[in-house]
Amino acid sequence: MTSFLLRRTGQTVVALLVMSVLVFVGIFMVGNPIDILIDPAATPLERQQTIEAFGLDRPVWEQYWGFLTGAISGDLGNSFIYNQPALDLILARLPATLELAFTALAIALVFGIPLGIVAGLKPRAPLSRAIMSFSILGFSLPTFWIGLIMIMAFSVFLGWLPASGRGETVDVLGIPISLFTLDGILHLLLPALNLALFKISLVIRLTRAGVMECMQMDYVRFARAKGISEGRIVGLHVLKNTLIPLITVMGIEFGSLIAFAVVTETIFAWPGMGKLIIDAIAVLDRPLILAYLLITVVMFSVINLVVDLLYSVVDPRVRLEDQGE
Amino acid sequence: MSDRAAVPADDAVLAPPPRSPGRELLSALLHDKLAVIGLVIVVVLTVLAFLAPVIAPQDPYDLAQIDFMDSRLPPGSASLAGGTFWLGTDDQGRDLFSAILYGLRTSIEVGITSAVIALVIGASIGLASAYVGGRTDALLMRLVDIQLSFPAILIALILLAILGQGVDKIIIALVVTQWAYYARTVRGSALVERRRAYVDAARCQALPRRRIMFGHILPNCLPPLIVVVTMRVAYAIMLEATLSFLGIGLPVTEPSLGLLISNGYTYLLSGVYWISIFPGIALVLLIVGINLVGDCLRDLLNPRLRR
Repeated sequence: MTSFLLRRTGQTVVALLVMSVLVFVGIFMVGNPIDILIDPAATPLERQQTIEAFGLDRPVWEQYWGFLTGAISGDLGNSFIYNQPALDLILARLPATLELAFTALAIALVFGIPLGIVAGLKPRAPLSRAIMSFSILGFSLPTFWIGLIMIMAFSVFLGWLPASGRGETVDVLGIPISLFTLDGILHLLLPALNLALFKISLVIRLTRAGVMECMQMDYVRFARAKGISEGRIVGLHVLKNTLIPLITVMGIEFGSLIAFAVVTETIFAWPGMGKLIIDAIAVLDRPLILAYLLITVVMFSVINLVVDLLYSVVDPRVRLEDQGE
Repeated sequence: MSDRAAVPADDAVLAPPPRSPGRELLSALLHDKLAVIGLVIVVVLTVLAFLAPVIAPQDPYDLAQIDFMDSRLPPGSASLAGGTFWLGTDDQGRDLFSAILYGLRTSIEVGITSAVIALVIGASIGLASAYVGGRTDALLMRLVDIQLSFPAILIALILLAILGQGVDKIIIALVVTQWAYYARTVRGSALVERRRAYVDAARCQALPRRRIMFGHILPNCLPPLIVVVTMRVAYAIMLEATLSFLGIGLPVTEPSLGLLISNGYTYLLSGVYWISIFPGIALVLLIVGINLVGDCLRDLLNPRLRR
């Protein structure tokens, strides 16, 4: 267990280093942030001073070294645009994004699992076919377009739900959360549903495939022979074995929820870190882009780790020590 | 849909003359109502898109042909030149129907080009990985694992942040996000095929490695690959539209459904719905069509469900 954790941490550090070098060099080669940052009317002297102030006159490796030594002590540099520590900017936006992603994941599971079970138990029934058709639609509807449709339907025509921004928040342990106020929930509903739609389809399909496969297993036949009720067979034996692949996939998909939040946040003006990064890309705010990437990589590594740990809990056959070779 | 998987097997038993696998697959596909609908949608949209210069009432990206006075007209309005804008016009006075046709063409081109390039790269790497094995295999698959643990949109976002905008740039980004799927799929089936007797036979004939890999093993890895290709093309088209919508994909000079939708987004709240809705419907139809076909193919080609 300890060696497993150590190895995974090592892998994460290597991934972070590789990623930071690639992105640093990559961003360095593209445009020059000076062109965006400095007023064209500035005198050559002012120009020179600004370049020096940002350290942009030094060679790449020197800049990277400066970034790396800073990063180790938790300083990812100041954003060029906001002139605030990039890490603080992103961490301030992180709760909003996580809240959105978690809510979307919960919605996907709450709707997806029951529908998937229904579709898996009676694959030929009209209801199951309807569910599967819906799931193809869920896969095919682009997140951003369905977001627009939702705004049109629920905000413009019906006027039921707010179309943009985050509602009233309550601080829990210093973190603003909008799940505890009505206004907050109302604001969260549309973006979360928008983000969840794609995943609902995925959960339906995974659950259906799992159920269909499990129902053919000998242990199900045996349980039936023992006279165990169908509800218990499905709810306990089948569901448990269906959950195993679901957990892995959902872990990975949680990462993609955070990434796709970029789209949802842009449409619904949700003040998360996805909106921040899109704006940062537009103005080549290097420190901010780098900080976002590093934080995302760390987050993904943690998610993957949690998934592997959960996996070993749900499926005792999996031994952590055997992995990662 | 999976219950239909039984159909081709039965057919094969009933029909005495053996048909080529491709034709057999096609006829099985034509038995599935949803797949036929999907196929029809895809074919019609593709034909319309590639005939765009012929059938579109105007070239929406030729500034001489659009009139700013025509901007934001609702569907069915008459144009200053005397024609009719059946789907309305966008904020720059482009005929939406024409713009959608041109946009579809870009979408299809970008989606297929990126899928083909990614397929060539990914399949080669996957084959080599399975055939060579050992450390090379471990290293390559580690790379695939790491890449697949990051969502495609994130990788595309980073790449486009580095590369900037442009058709070639977005194709590069899409290739980078896709090759790993092909590599993994091909490697998986190639590992199984590698141990088959026909590969030993080919080796005994001292055939060159490359010929065994591409001529003997690859054709047998095709069934799962076909499914992955269809699904990935659909995803690539969606991703391109999403990135263009966010303003980091195609440049504004290129016809693109994502950009059209993004333009319309600004006017959505004031009731000008058509600029966003119609291009969106075209995009959805295309993706749904491809997915319907892909879904049916998956059921048909899945050896586990084929009994």
